[in-house]
Amino acid sequence: MLAAVALGGILGAEARYGLSRAWVHRPDGFPWSTLLVNLTGCLLIGVLMATLPQLPRPHRLARPFLGTGMLGGYTTYSTFAVEVQQLVRQHRPGTAAGYLAATVLGCAVAVWLAAGLAGRVWQARRSVAPEPAA
Amino acid sequence: MSWLLVALGAGVGAPARYLLDRAIQSWHRTLFPWGTVTVNVLASLVLGLLTGAAGTVSGNLALLAGAGFCGALSTYSAFSYETLRLAGLGARWQAVGNVALTLVAGLGAGALGWWLALSLR
Repeated sequence: MLAAVALGGILGAEARYGLSRAWVHRPDGFPWSTLLVNLTGCLLIGVLMATLPQLPRPHRLARPFLGTGMLGGYTTYSTFAVEVQQLVRQHRPGTAAGYLAATVLGCAVAVWLAAGLAGRVWQARRSVAPEPAA
Repeated sequence: MSWLLVALGAGVGAPARYLLDRAIQSWHRTLFPWGTVTVNVLASLVLGLLTGAAGTVSGNLALLAGAGFCGALSTYSAFSYETLRLAGLGARWQAVGNVALTLVAGLGAGALGWWLALSLR
């Protein structure tokens, strides 16, 4: 269990680190790579948590590996918090407020939308699936 | 080398989040995600310290403890998902409280860590 969380966490953290290296921002610039990481991570957790209960026999390590490990390691709160503080320190209160609002509202909408859409897809699949023979 | 340091930090940070969250959630019987709040505040404090100490700590330590450990100890996906779950279960005020507490305590911890590192220099 712990190994699945650790392995997933490493994979998620490397993806986040890779994106942050590919999309470097200035200390007083908008932290696009962290916003992208947190938005996509929230979309994926919404899909995952709507999908797992629909599977007949999900692997017992699916949630610890994919959710707690990978998406937990991929998304980050600490980087977000320190980036907001550093933007304020760099006298960029507008950018700080915009980044804070985009992250908080964007991530809330992302997880809600993804969970809702994935739930509907599963519902539609079930309604078109042939009834099992009695 | 830098990828290895991030992996080492994350390999400790992610299981630490899992264990801490499980321990804290077993101490109370409410729906409130105290475990996630705690790991996010803790990771923000440590990353604030590292950021404030930038220049005095090596770049390798910053990668290991910052991008690796703090990044994997903290989580945004669990925070978002748990907030949505609270709202979905009808605990709207707990959902609002979770967002308010995470923002105030998390941003505060990051600023506190940064300030502490500067004053300890």
